[in-house]
Amino acid sequence: MDLLFDLFLTFAKIGLFTFGGGYAMIALIENACVEKKAWITHDEMMDVTVIAESTPGPIAINCATYVGYKQKGFVGAVVATLGLVLPSFIIIFLISMFLDNFLDIVWIAHAFMGIKIAVGILILDAALKMIKKMHKRLVPRIIMVCSAIAMFLIDVFALKFSSITLMLIAAAVSLCIFIIKGNPSREGAAK
Amino acid sequence: MIYLDLLIGFLKVGFFAFGGAYGAIPLIRDVVLSYGWIGDEMLTYMIAVSESTPGPIMINLATYVGSSQAGLLGALIATSAVILPSFVIILVIMVLLKKILKNPWVQAVLRGLKPCIIGIILATGAYMILNHCFTSLKDFSLDLTATLMTLGLSLVYFGSRKVLKKGISPIGLIGISAVAGMIVYAF
Repeated sequence: MDLLFDLFLTFAKIGLFTFGGGYAMIALIENACVEKKAWITHDEMMDVTVIAESTPGPIAINCATYVGYKQKGFVGAVVATLGLVLPSFIIIFLISMFLDNFLDIVWIAHAFMGIKIAVGILILDAALKMIKKMHKRLVPRIIMVCSAIAMFLIDVFALKFSSITLMLIAAAVSLCIFIIKGNPSREGAAK
Repeated sequence: MIYLDLLIGFLKVGFFAFGGAYGAIPLIRDVVLSYGWIGDEMLTYMIAVSESTPGPIMINLATYVGSSQAGLLGALIATSAVILPSFVIILVIMVLLKKILKNPWVQAVLRGLKPCIIGIILATGAYMILNHCFTSLKDFSLDLTATLMTLGLSLVYFGSRKVLKKGISPIGLIGISAVAGMIVYAF
């Protein structure tokens, strides 16, 4: 089979069968690209995961781009990424055409009033899991708490202050600390 | 122009979405609300739909917002815009700057960004929950039904981890909450 087509199909399958995205996808990508196709090695997979954690965007996209590029250069990267995105794009596009009418049905509207609560719990849970994995040092904790308080106030009072500005301030503070105090001690930075 | 707004709005989201799927939600919320594209309520519904359909959540949300604002072309623009930054950044790192992430200056920036986004996600989750439990957060009028449902669902979700090995999955919780909503709000 043509490699480009194979890349497209493999990632389209991954895109179609992973729910919730994120880490659920890594397991599938590992299974397909490392074990079945041997497109990349296990070590490379680990590298991409680490890079993905420090770069913006969904981890699955980062993996698809990486694997595609390794196999077929720029075109491969585009094809693999497109393959990953296409299934959910089509599904969501179809849903978007019907969701409004769907919500006019009374019992579905009721269901979504319950779902609304679940979404809040899921987001809070995601944050709590991240806090558990965070470095146990003072500076990141202070940044985290200050950002949380600031963001909460922005939400409650509907302030015209973007979360991106908040992130830029945090980055600037961290840079200043680095310039004044240098790198944090090794033991604290160890993962 | 709506196409240009979608492009710029979702490029911003794609560029700053550190911290995986849930890291993108506060950013998308921010962009979507500030442009007035869709309301908080509809966005929350869409987060649930995105969580229950295949594919990364932030891409699903971009597709939905783009489609709801400007049809197929809008969906294509928003989805491409949200992917483009991570696509380009990975290529640049692979081809040109293999060592850039080890650079102490880049590390210092990331050390600031990561805890900040965690704080932002925490605040967003807490705000969404409180916003449902209080009909108005500013004058503290409690919505008893929603509060009881929040407590019940939290108990089921977090409690299930004590009983089952991995606990209930996010889709499982959404399913349970949908049924609970249908029953509770029917009366």
